[in-house]
Amino acid sequence: MNMILPTASISATPNGTTRPQVRIVIVGHVDHGKSTLVGRLLHETGSLPDGKLEMLKAVSARRGMPFEWSFLLDALQTERDQGITIDTTQIRFRTRSRDVVLIDAPGHAEFLRNMITGASQADGAVLIIDALEGVRSQTRRHGYLLHLLGVKQVAVVVNKMDRVDFSAARFNEISAEISAHLIGLGVTPTAVVPISARDGDGVAEHTPRIDWYKGPTVVEALDALEPAKPLAELPLRLPVQAIYKFDDRRIVAGRVESGSLKAGDEIVIMPTGKIAKIKTVESWPVTPVGGPQGAGRSVGITLDRELFLERGDIIGHSGQSPRDTRRIRARIFWLHDKPLTKGEQILIRLGTKESRATVVAIEKAIDPGALSNEENSAIARNHVGEIDISLAQPVATDPYTDNPRTGRLVIEVNGRIAGGGLVLSVDAGRPAVPIDIVPVESALRPDERSARYHHNGAVIWLTGLPGSGKSTLARALERRLFSNGGSPILLDGDTFRAGLNSDLGFSPQDRTENIRRLAEVATHLARNGHIAIVAAVSPSTADRAAARRIADSAFREIYVATPAEVCETRDPKGHYAKARAGGLPSFTGITNDYQAPAGNELTIDTSNRSVSDATDEIERMLATTGILFDELTDLAANI
Amino acid sequence: MHLLDNESAAARTRSAALAQASSVPGIPAALPPSMDHLDELEAQSIYILREAFARLKKLALLWSLGKDSNVMIWLARKAFFGRVPFPALHVDTGKKFPEMYAFRDRFGKEWDLDLRVEPCPPIDAVDPTLPPAARSAARKTEGLKWALNKYGFDGLIAGIRRDEEATRAKERVFSPRGLEGEWDVRDQPPEFWDHFNASPPQGAHLRIHPILHWTEADIWAYTKREGIPIIPLYLAKDGKRYRSLGDQDITNPVASTASNIDEILAELDATKIPERAGRALDHETEDAFERLRVAGYL
Repeated sequence: MNMILPTASISATPNGTTRPQVRIVIVGHVDHGKSTLVGRLLHETGSLPDGKLEMLKAVSARRGMPFEWSFLLDALQTERDQGITIDTTQIRFRTRSRDVVLIDAPGHAEFLRNMITGASQADGAVLIIDALEGVRSQTRRHGYLLHLLGVKQVAVVVNKMDRVDFSAARFNEISAEISAHLIGLGVTPTAVVPISARDGDGVAEHTPRIDWYKGPTVVEALDALEPAKPLAELPLRLPVQAIYKFDDRRIVAGRVESGSLKAGDEIVIMPTGKIAKIKTVESWPVTPVGGPQGAGRSVGITLDRELFLERGDIIGHSGQSPRDTRRIRARIFWLHDKPLTKGEQILIRLGTKESRATVVAIEKAIDPGALSNEENSAIARNHVGEIDISLAQPVATDPYTDNPRTGRLVIEVNGRIAGGGLVLSVDAGRPAVPIDIVPVESALRPDERSARYHHNGAVIWLTGLPGSGKSTLARALERRLFSNGGSPILLDGDTFRAGLNSDLGFSPQDRTENIRRLAEVATHLARNGHIAIVAAVSPSTADRAAARRIADSAFREIYVATPAEVCETRDPKGHYAKARAGGLPSFTGITNDYQAPAGNELTIDTSNRSVSDATDEIERMLATTGILFDELTDLAANI
Repeated sequence: MHLLDNESAAARTRSAALAQASSVPGIPAALPPSMDHLDELEAQSIYILREAFARLKKLALLWSLGKDSNVMIWLARKAFFGRVPFPALHVDTGKKFPEMYAFRDRFGKEWDLDLRVEPCPPIDAVDPTLPPAARSAARKTEGLKWALNKYGFDGLIAGIRRDEEATRAKERVFSPRGLEGEWDVRDQPPEFWDHFNASPPQGAHLRIHPILHWTEADIWAYTKREGIPIIPLYLAKDGKRYRSLGDQDITNPVASTASNIDEILAELDATKIPERAGRALDHETEDAFERLRVAGYL
């Protein structure tokens, strides 16, 4: 909010009066009074900026509405018009011993993704319930999500006690119901407080109307919440964010999620299981730094030997490393419009690791807001469930009960986060089912092949109109790389259509599948150290983007941008002539359905240059983008 | 020109002391030093910057020359061990204070930044129905769009903070923009556990906000601790100082006697006046700021 409250984060001042800062989220069913409670809390703790209350009262009067405490939060025009809070705002105030950052989260089911965004940042939660309406679907759902998000400290407030005449019996009834629900999820409420946020009872003081209640007020309950502590006691987990080669140092960068590390430590890199020692801990402006670096620090380390590691690997100490697996069981919440079903292809993010995956089983799919937990075979939007996931690559992870930071994952669909949850177990304890596939790993490591070929694996994707010169360039490049001792392999679109892809036609779906297969084969070759040269018209931007996703960092896209007139004049396969005569109805050359690339690594127009000149340029691109290298000593820099 | 240039002194002394104190040979299993509030903020920002660098192809950092973006550059230098590995973009309205240009010219060099200064279109080219300050801001938004088109950035790192302004409190750390740079506040993807949505649609870009979780006081406390240089306009002169720096014609100083960072911190601890009170833009209409952000303003 645009309030400079008198808190001003005194914990940051150098006078030594450090106060713990706790982040609190207020959740619950829509209209149970979250915003009113926040407004009241700000007022009771003396946190409102000068004139804010008067200004809002004036705005209310101007709009002909009675003043509501919730107006304080409804800062956006759109919110005021709709009368609901649509997103997370963060407000700061002070209790006796805490600096509180209040995260307001929407109660409307429509905006569950915003509630999750807010609640995931919280150290503790306040679950608010309307005394008249009692526990509702969104109350239960939010309770369940707090458990999934790992928020362990939950204070319950029963609001609008004025509407039930401050009845102790009604309060006890609700208290019992919600406590049972939460305890069933493994969350014990830290307090259950009867209040009237509108009138102030129970918020900062006990009033005569609730004299039967002897527990803490809301402010006291907030004061008792503890900030989350870094996981210093657990074994070291350093997920690798990147490997930097800005100068002669090769720095492995990441954030220590748990435990600690220091120079000299013996480490294991998972999932490969390679072993090394930490040579230095790098920093800036002074480097290197001695002494241990604890959980929560963003660090950079160098190792005592050159070995292949990549973003997504997790570094642990010898004997205490995370598990490596291709099978995970997870308890997840689902936010996507389309229900999650068995067999679905998804993208999993575990820390900094990203892997394609298949949902091989769905169990216990329920609506956590419903009273009766009827199980379904798919996980609908805003529902939860347990799933078994089969991953395309091995990953390093921990069950969440062992490590809450590395034991959680998110699921992405079409580049957008669609769900998330906890890793319950790795190598899910079910017997292998037919759908389960266990690929056999190569006996050779990528760096062994790189050392022989003087290049890393790559997918070189030549796209362009028919007749643009893709195949000619591909063949010239293949010859050049081979002459230099490399291992290039040509994958020609038409050659594949004669064999592997002979079941495919030229409909958009078939073209997409054609490209997918080419990309999968090429990527397999690249992962094994070869340079796969793909020559394919591949007219669709989306299909080429899919190929790039499959090949990932090995992908190098070259647009052979020879003008259409030139291509048609060349017409090496006679296709243009045939198409002009009406014999090739979906021929890309004359239907104008070719979508030129953007963000490709190289563009070559073959109409005005020689083949060998163009091949030189491709070689230069491959050298500058880390595929080709001259000396063995460069090897480490390039892998 | 007077710049607070204690970079070498404060930061180096502190880090060197830290390095020395904890590297006593022969004493095993020293406990890691506990992290204070600023350490936590710093570690989180570095994590975000590294994620942006790992996941986007063409990044730029928006350098407004103010205290927040200077902290951001400092954090980027920490994240990448000395040098910012992407361009620093200054979208120049041509109406900044002379002290700001002096600062840019000096530290652009000293910090070895890949500085790109991009001009804004003339004011006549901007919607004349907007109030004056909003019109200025819209002009800056246009300048930003020009720069985006020129370089094809897919990620812009911006130094906004949640505590600055109500609309900014709604932001995600990785915030997707439409093809015209617009922000759809109603359809923001979920973001949790430091997993960010980093796949902008073709032709669109992402805003990345590495200091979203910082407060104004955090910025000053960190600036002091690290010895980051600042523009002297932030310090009181003749009973006034600037809390926030924008264009000369639409930024006003606030009454203040704070002549150093400690005094600024003490003043912030006592005030209830919003940081952007001196920015005419925020007070023109109830929803002026939100309208601008939806259109792509920072």
